[in-house]
Amino acid sequence: MKDLVLSLIAEGGALAGVPFSLAAPLVMVAFGALVVFGFVLPIAGITSWLERRVWARIQSRIGPNRVGPQGFLQWLADGLKNLLKEDIIPSAADKWLFSLAPYLVVVGFIATFAAVPFTSSLIIADLNIGILYITAVTGIVVVGVLMAGWSSNNKWSLLGGIRSAAQIVSYEIPAGLSVFPIVLLTGTLSMQGIIRAQGWAPWDWFFFYNPFTFAAFFVFFVAALAEGNRTPFDIPEAESELVAGFCTEYSGMRYLLFFLEEWGNLYVIGAIVTTLFLGGWQVPAFTDNPMLLAVAQFGTFFLKAYFFVFVAMWVRATLPRVRVDQLMTVCWKYMVPIAIVNMLGTAAWMLFVPETLGRLVQFGMTGLGAVVVVVFFRRVRFHLRRANLKPSDYYYSPII
Amino acid sequence: MASFDTARGDPKMYFNFGNVLVFLVLGLGLAGMMLGLGRLLRPANPLAQKLATYECGELPTGHAWINFNIRFYLIALVFLIFDVELAFMYPVIVVFRDAVLAGHGIAAFAKILLFVGVLAIGLVVVWAKGDLEWVKRLPVEAESDVREAA
Repeated sequence: MKDLVLSLIAEGGALAGVPFSLAAPLVMVAFGALVVFGFVLPIAGITSWLERRVWARIQSRIGPNRVGPQGFLQWLADGLKNLLKEDIIPSAADKWLFSLAPYLVVVGFIATFAAVPFTSSLIIADLNIGILYITAVTGIVVVGVLMAGWSSNNKWSLLGGIRSAAQIVSYEIPAGLSVFPIVLLTGTLSMQGIIRAQGWAPWDWFFFYNPFTFAAFFVFFVAALAEGNRTPFDIPEAESELVAGFCTEYSGMRYLLFFLEEWGNLYVIGAIVTTLFLGGWQVPAFTDNPMLLAVAQFGTFFLKAYFFVFVAMWVRATLPRVRVDQLMTVCWKYMVPIAIVNMLGTAAWMLFVPETLGRLVQFGMTGLGAVVVVVFFRRVRFHLRRANLKPSDYYYSPII
Repeated sequence: MASFDTARGDPKMYFNFGNVLVFLVLGLGLAGMMLGLGRLLRPANPLAQKLATYECGELPTGHAWINFNIRFYLIALVFLIFDVELAFMYPVIVVFRDAVLAGHGIAAFAKILLFVGVLAIGLVVVWAKGDLEWVKRLPVEAESDVREAA
């Protein structure tokens, strides 16, 4: 991005004559605002609408379909409605912490986008500690959630807040440990560096690199869902037992900010998983046109990342919520040991497995993955055919 | 070591972290803007009943700033140890590939194994002591179980 600033202030550029110390912050703020308002907010909003439509489809309901085509503008209507709602701060609450909590949650979530890659050349800040930075700033969200739960001075909020703190800190361990196999293989923490170490073909992805990275992917994804308070791990806001958990006392815009984080965070999870395990924006070099290549890379990355957003919706519409004790057992007794084994296993793999054998394993695992996908779609087709009944089979008619 | 040497003294690094600062400010600004804009548009009509703590429609009894379960404290302690482990592991993990390429991968692997081994023993001890059990039984119940078994 520094090159971009230099080209802008060069002779004939848009900012010609402006000194670098002034032009650089201007361009940084402009690009940051473009990403936040042009990408993050629409993605979070559209995800909220799409999620409700997908659940409705899975659960044989209709879902929001009134505002705009297919209800597409529902997210704007929801935002506008929340903007106009009265902001209630309970008189018993700690006013300062209560008002501060949504800020922390939003800052922790927006800051991750500084290191999320879009294409090979488009990333706001290719930090040399990218993945560590993302793990660190998402930790700010926990503080916000705990602060919201404690400051509300409400029993539901308190229960939600401490549950959330216990859950998020526990699942940070397997999520952090599952990053290690990838960092071992690449020797860098930079998001772009990790993507560059992979290839466009599935057998060059770290997902299929060896059995340990394969397992690390699942540990990471499940832990990321738990960190994002997503079903089946949504016990902090479990609406059927804790009203709304840590955000029970929040209303209007402040309430919306918590959910902005939850929906936007889904894309962050997808982007991290895509970067670490699925080859990121890698596409085959099919053209010399850098613009066309950038569009293809952006599309590839976005589709892969959004696929995981879809999986999270799918999981939420399908699975029931787990209990607190099950949640802790799964984390500490299963996922942490598995994650440790994955890390050590990958290190041993790098030392002891010769390259040709490793290559064969990559191809073999990709083949196995392809077989699983084919079997899955055959199963889906089978069920679709079986469900393809005549209208008389599902419409009640007194004549037939 | 290569990945860190390239970063050291690189002006681009300050530029990148400047962007991080911009994003932190943008996050604050976004939340502030949404709440500030709402302040101009929304009604403000506070009533004592409206500002009461929500307790399913009943009058709230007492407040919620009370002692909570010790289990959360135990989890926090275990987490702290493992999180510090994560922080200590990052530098080693990053240079492991270079160590393998330079030919002393076995030594590096042995050191990682030693460090993780000590922590794994810690996890086993915590597990065996029952501190990972969420559902705790009263000591009386556990005693009666022992008596029944004997």
